[in-house]
Amino acid sequence: MSGQTFQLHVNGTSYAVTAPDRKTLGDALREDCGLTGTHLGCEQGVCGTCTVIVDGRPVRSCLMFARQAEGAQIRTVEGLAQGERLHPLQQAFIDAHALQCGFCTPGFLMLIVGALEQDPDMTEDELAEVLSSNLCRCTGYAAIAKAALAAYPRPATPAE
Amino acid sequence: MKLPAFDYACPETLDEATALLAEAGGDAKVIAGGQSLLPFMAFRLAAPSLLVDLRKIAGLDGIEVADGEIRLGAMVRWRDILDSAALARALPLLPAAIGHVAHYQIRNRGTLGGSLAHADPASEFPCIAVLCGASVDVVGAGGHRTIPADELIAGPMETTLEDDEIIVAVRFPRWPEGRRWAFDEFALRHGDLAIAAVAAAYDMDGPHIAHARVAVMGATDTPQRVPPAEDALNGRAPDDDTFGAAAAAASAAIEPTEDLHAGAAYRRALVGTLLRRALAESCAREREAAE
Ligand SMILES: Cc1cc2nc3c(=O)[nH]c(=O)nc-3n(C[C@H](O)[C@H](O)[C@H](O)COP(=O)(O)OP(=O)(O)OC[C@H]3O[C@@H](n4cnc5c(N)ncnc54)[C@H](O)[C@@H]3O)c2cc1C
Ligand code: FES
Ligand code: FES
Repeated sequence: MSGQTFQLHVNGTSYAVTAPDRKTLGDALREDCGLTGTHLGCEQGVCGTCTVIVDGRPVRSCLMFARQAEGAQIRTVEGLAQGERLHPLQQAFIDAHALQCGFCTPGFLMLIVGALEQDPDMTEDELAEVLSSNLCRCTGYAAIAKAALAAYPRPATPAE
Repeated sequence: MKLPAFDYACPETLDEATALLAEAGGDAKVIAGGQSLLPFMAFRLAAPSLLVDLRKIAGLDGIEVADGEIRLGAMVRWRDILDSAALARALPLLPAAIGHVAHYQIRNRGTLGGSLAHADPASEFPCIAVLCGASVDVVGAGGHRTIPADELIAGPMETTLEDDEIIVAVRFPRWPEGRRWAFDEFALRHGDLAIAAVAAAYDMDGPHIAHARVAVMGATDTPQRVPPAEDALNGRAPDDDTFGAAAAAASAAIEPTEDLHAGAAYRRALVGTLLRRALAESCAREREAAE
């Protein structure tokens, strides 16, 4: 293994990572921190599957070098559940059948949790726009939207 | 897909950054939000030997709305523009256009300086900068200079920046009270790159339109003003006939690009439709505000 050694703070734990400068945050989380819950799909910024939360903001971990996250607080899907107790959004995904193959699920979970923490007042329409950021090839999105609304109820968008 | 190897520097001052760029002699690149550069590196469209990260350089992320002008630092992110109440009041066209940029996560990281330097013909910020006559402040190893936005953009993905130059800020002239504005865009999915978009701004001189500016992006190889459409607006009443004439003039004047998403004839028609619709909405917005 070659490259620089630096610290990544993920889900409250510090990891000493030795990685070449070109390694993306997504790859470092999987390969150097052993946190394989974060999935990489397109690796070119299009699918959103690699979404993690960096300093409170959902970002695409394939569009950031690991070194750029030095000193930041990173949250991944592994940090959502408290022990055996699932995060309410994880439970809502199960209840609403919001996953089939599950490949896109960690990205959607981190996107929705991060977006609703960053913008707690967003409307149902704004939430739909946020969901359109990520791609799912299985579910057709309706169940994902249903799960998001179940975990984070929104006041109905006023009719125009 | 692994990215090409490079050296990474994260200087704390602009002097260090420009010196690093000058030393590398054209092989180095600045990295701001990375939201265009990383995809480009993934596709091997860029393989810089050195990346100079701007994230630790202080003073590049300010939004200052002063009496004479609005100054936006190069590291202002899309999210910051959308969150700024002062900008929403002083230059409402800008957040309206930036609402169409990319997706939630990308808006959390992408910067306006990166967007200008990337010069994608389908990106919103350069178009608004050209429409508004913004000035771009850059710093190089040899000193400062200011470039009008339309002279910065030299072609698709091409600027007049030197290898060692860094964009530090963009300055917009303040708008007079009551200036009306219009923006509309068509993309396959909200947040995807525009197939075509239009922006416009004008004042009312009594019952007539004055100081009209119209710009097109996405449909042409650079964001650009469309003088024949501006001529069709100036001195006329803001009604359907005038807007139809401006739309027809814009459609006729542009040289549309073609790609797998749309042919030239489609883009030409789309520009007219978008402009007519956006201008009508600029009036509807006035009526709503008056009610
Ligand atoms: C899926 C996807 C969809 C997108 N959709 C849109 C869209 O609809 N509209 C849109 O406008 N953009 C879109 N983008 C691009 C996004 O807005 C980028 O954030 C933006 O174009 C570049 O900003 P950045 O800060 O990320 O720049 P970077 O990626 O860091 O840099 C881009 C280029 O600019 C140079 N550069 C950066 N900062 C400076 C500076 N201060 N001085 C000199 N050179 C500099 C870099 O060297 C590089 O060549 C999309 C991106 C993705 C991945
Ligand atoms: S893997 Fe990052 S956006 Fe697709
Ligand atoms: S559940 Fe299979 S891609 Fe979303």
